[in-house]
Amino acid sequence: MRPRPDALTPGSEYAAVVVENLSRAQIVQYAGVSGDCSPQHVDEEYARRVGGYPTVFAHGMLTMAAAGHLVTDLVGDGKVVTFGMRFLRQVWPGDSLTAQAHVEEPDSDGLAEFVRLALTVINQHGQPVASGYATALVNGLVGESPRP
Amino acid sequence: MAISWFPVEAGHIFQFARAIGDPNPVYRDQDAAAAGPTGGIIAPPTFVEAGQHFDPDFLYRPEPGRAWFGSAAEPSGAPPPVEAGQTALHAETHLRFHRNLRPGDVLHTRETPGDSWTKTGRRGGLLTFHEVLREYLDADDEVVVEMRVVSVTTAHVVDAQ
Repeated sequence: MRPRPDALTPGSEYAAVVVENLSRAQIVQYAGVSGDCSPQHVDEEYARRVGGYPTVFAHGMLTMAAAGHLVTDLVGDGKVVTFGMRFLRQVWPGDSLTAQAHVEEPDSDGLAEFVRLALTVINQHGQPVASGYATALVNGLVGESPRP
Repeated sequence: MAISWFPVEAGHIFQFARAIGDPNPVYRDQDAAAAGPTGGIIAPPTFVEAGQHFDPDFLYRPEPGRAWFGSAAEPSGAPPPVEAGQTALHAETHLRFHRNLRPGDVLHTRETPGDSWTKTGRRGGLLTFHEVLREYLDADDEVVVEMRVVSVTTAHVVDAQ
């Protein structure tokens, strides 16, 4: 599913499973590539015995990146202008995440050059784990004049 | 923290995209990316997070000569970077993009402390929030990405549910 950004009409809703049965290996993969090797994310022994957690849990930025996957699939590549998320609940191994995007009305100044998305990421229990927003250009790439 | 050298590389972008589960060819296939609207490989929106690799003061990775607080022979080898009995968690990230990041970019950062505030949480007791404002600049000293990060320190471990 890859709608054109100008087809993202206000009020429409999109959703995609962006993480399925999260593995500890994927958390480790993200730790390695992002550089954040915090033991609470990658070290079961530490997370349980020192951290007091039931197990390790994912980086918030892995959840945000997974939401970004839906955003760029919807708006297209190279068009995101702002993207923010608040992390509401931890994401654990075995969790499956669905990213949801609601296309909002344009700003009051009526600029049609941006598409605005309200974002929610829920786990397999339907609990929100993160919420946020993204804005993207309808035409052209961010910081560059439109390509023919 | 400050980063003076963050080279954006195609192989790193490819591995980052793999780790976040995004198979989009614009992050990994030079030919497909060159033929598409971006005209070449770009980085995923949250890629600047990987700049942590290039922060010499980043505490959340093992470094030679520095005791690591994660497990080895014992469950923990050193005190964690936050005070005992507390837990530091990531609360929010906000990004603003001035242009796309591409392989070949070499970034550095400029950082200013933001606000700090406290709140009593439902699950975690007293919550202390810290905000950091960080700009990623390119070799021409132009801002390419602005980042605002809020972290929260809780007085005890947050409940699993």
